[in-house]
Amino acid sequence: MTLLTQTLSLPRLTLRGISKQYPGCLANDDIHLDIAPAEIHALLGENGAGKSTLMKVIYGLVKPDSGELLWDGLPIEVKDPAHARKMGIGMVFQHFSLFETLTVTENIALALGDDAGELEALATKIRTVSERYGMAINPDREIHTLSVGERQRVEIVRCLVQNIKLLILDEPTSVLTPQEVETLFVTLRQLAEEGCSILFISHKLNEVKALCHKATVLRAGKVSGECIPAEEDTTSMAKLMVGDDTPVSTTYPKKLGSSPLLTITALDLPSDDPFGVHLRNINLTVNAGEIVGIAGVAGNGQEELLASLSGEHLCRDGKTIRFAETEVGKLPPDKRRQWGLAFVPEERLGRGAVPEMSLTENALLTGYLTGMVSKGMVAWNKAEAFADDIIQQYKVKAAGRNAQADSLSGGNLQKFIIGREIMQNPKILIAAHPTWGVDIGAATAIHKALIQLRDQGAAILVVSEDIDELFLISDRIGAICDGALSPFKPTPESSIQELGRMMAGDFSQSTSEGSASQ
Amino acid sequence: MIKLEPRGERSTTMAYLSPLLAAFLTMLTGAILFTVLGIDPVDALITILYVPISDTHGIAELCVKTAPILLCAIGLSVVFKAKIWNIGAEGQLLMGGLFGSFIALQLIEAEGFWVLPLVLIAGVIGGMFWAGIAAILKVRFNTNEILTTIMMNYIALNILLWAVHGPLKDPEGYNFPESALFGDASLLPILIEGTRVNFGIALALLAVVAVWVLMSRSFYGFQIKVMGMDAGAARLSGFKEKRLTYFALLLSGGLAGLAGVGEVTGPIGQLIPQISPGYGYAAIIVAFLGRLHPVGILFASLLMALLYMGGEMAQISLGLPLALTGLFQGMLLFYLLACDVLIAFRIRLKPKKAKTLQPLATETQG
Repeated sequence: MTLLTQTLSLPRLTLRGISKQYPGCLANDDIHLDIAPAEIHALLGENGAGKSTLMKVIYGLVKPDSGELLWDGLPIEVKDPAHARKMGIGMVFQHFSLFETLTVTENIALALGDDAGELEALATKIRTVSERYGMAINPDREIHTLSVGERQRVEIVRCLVQNIKLLILDEPTSVLTPQEVETLFVTLRQLAEEGCSILFISHKLNEVKALCHKATVLRAGKVSGECIPAEEDTTSMAKLMVGDDTPVSTTYPKKLGSSPLLTITALDLPSDDPFGVHLRNINLTVNAGEIVGIAGVAGNGQEELLASLSGEHLCRDGKTIRFAETEVGKLPPDKRRQWGLAFVPEERLGRGAVPEMSLTENALLTGYLTGMVSKGMVAWNKAEAFADDIIQQYKVKAAGRNAQADSLSGGNLQKFIIGREIMQNPKILIAAHPTWGVDIGAATAIHKALIQLRDQGAAILVVSEDIDELFLISDRIGAICDGALSPFKPTPESSIQELGRMMAGDFSQSTSEGSASQ
Repeated sequence: MIKLEPRGERSTTMAYLSPLLAAFLTMLTGAILFTVLGIDPVDALITILYVPISDTHGIAELCVKTAPILLCAIGLSVVFKAKIWNIGAEGQLLMGGLFGSFIALQLIEAEGFWVLPLVLIAGVIGGMFWAGIAAILKVRFNTNEILTTIMMNYIALNILLWAVHGPLKDPEGYNFPESALFGDASLLPILIEGTRVNFGIALALLAVVAVWVLMSRSFYGFQIKVMGMDAGAARLSGFKEKRLTYFALLLSGGLAGLAGVGEVTGPIGQLIPQISPGYGYAAIIVAFLGRLHPVGILFASLLMALLYMGGEMAQISLGLPLALTGLFQGMLLFYLLACDVLIAFRIRLKPKKAKTLQPLATETQG
């Protein structure tokens, strides 16, 4: 702890009573926050707690309705991001804003604007800075050739080539493998030791505990508590995040099935998209009564694999994908659904649900095969009853079955979609990122629903970037990297380290711990 | 400083108010225009909007003019729901008129109840054929339907001109570019004796009801809506995008074709070069003005028909050019599009302040 520096110097940044009202939602409500020089400060909170709004206020992207900012003890109004950068504030967004076809140097020069100077000098500076902080980057490479982890480095280096005093990172670890996370933390600690303040936004408690000196927890737009993460356990911090009434952790018994329901055999599928990932020799079996989890960093072929399973992208050979004994590789999505496939896509608004349609209409969207259509006419009363059932059984908070899908919160809409799929009694369920951006309460409900469906004998395939989630619910686990699948093994026999290596493309079985090899 | 601020959710009130506001602003601008031209604006607006329908004859004529606009617009509402931008109702209408005329001229001596349906079906096929070409190009080659349908309007017009100057010209017509008058069996029956109101308006109203049922009750209509709102969801749910595209385009083409054949077998009674004063284009405005909803489209069609009649009336009694109709149509669409911004945004009057930059990142709050 840097107690000494804290007591001796003024905070680098102070927020006093920041409030921001959006139409229909008070995003920030009287927020107070101090960040000292050389401090790594965590901003903890669930999705929708107001973290993003707060950091946009600091970065000058959003004007607060009331409250003030103090910078090195002096009141200041951050006019816009350019002004923030001049003051020494750097920000790394969750979604990168990089041009795929430009080089690292060109991208950074674009972001810096007039301050960029000569490209060659900038390239040298990028090389020096990146080496100094242990984030090797070749400034001449084009962005599309870089992995997600490398792209994040570009974003961080972009902040570091300037004189930086406060670095804001928005959920930086969500796109990284566990090993990459470790490397990032080393860099961040080094930065902090040199006096840079870091605002680390996250909802992953273990990481906050491992990295941060102090934490401010937000809940529903308000500060719900402050703590020193090293002195807290994760449960107490989780309680601050979600409140007392939500169960925060459970474990589920693991099971293994034996009769294959979903079989992928030697699936090779080139992508239509020039920046897409080609699937290479995918082999996977999901048995009845088990959940198989696929981990992986985004953009490693998950989308392509899911599209080939849903039927959006047809295979050239029907045999490569089989549901039980039926060859479905060349069947379109509705035929696969008819067989008993249910599918929860990554994007819940758009694909999963039509944003401007009511919940009734969205119930019909995939439920139409369950007797809601006769002679070409929609039996709206059946669709309404189905929507009501989903809302009731999955405790979806909505104004009713006529509520528009986009009026629901992410967690509630996801519960609705999962409910809609599960209540059609699928034999196979494929779920992409089932709890992404969902609050802990809803996530737990979704996990329970998946486990229950598994126990009824369905085969479930979950693709997720959240390793903790995969370890929690999967019975067998593996990873996807660059369009290829790692070997899969029962979850208890795997470890986070091993899975991390597989996410990075190292599929070798034997590890230094000497764990099970086949 | 005037600022547009996102409402957060779409305002339903504004969605219904916007067409009315647009109509009001059109009248207002029209009034200003007339004042500048030295014409009494109240008098002019009365001439355009009231005089044409001030007697039963006028109301009958309104029905005659409404039929083709309504048929085109109700068809367009289906494709537009699918977010397929068929701008070619005019060409499809002309082809419907041409195909229907061809059959009618072959059956000029024929008698019997079967003649008219045959002629009408030929017209529908003509419209479907013309829209079908655009549909094939779109589905097979991913061609932009806005461009193909617009271009095909001109092709259709020229084919029609060729036909009426050539093969379909009345041999006994003193070389006028007109076909022979159709036989009685090919003509739409008059509904109200002593007027020109014919069976066409009944067909149009029937189409309105049919499309209403299609879009609100049938699964096909539901799929079309989903495809338009969210193509990704449609694909994932296993809806057949290509089949739906064909269906929607053929349906709108067929109805436009029916409008065309309804003109030649109705008020006109023969094939002439000018079978449409731009009904197919006006129908685009009507479809949006009516919020793509059958009832809204019905009212918007009546208004548009009135504008056509008002333009003629203004030409006769005020000496204004017929282009007035086009001007009012244009203003109506312009104001409608402008007012539609207010569905998703509200106007905020703010004191002038330092300029604020729009957020660079397009993330939502949270």
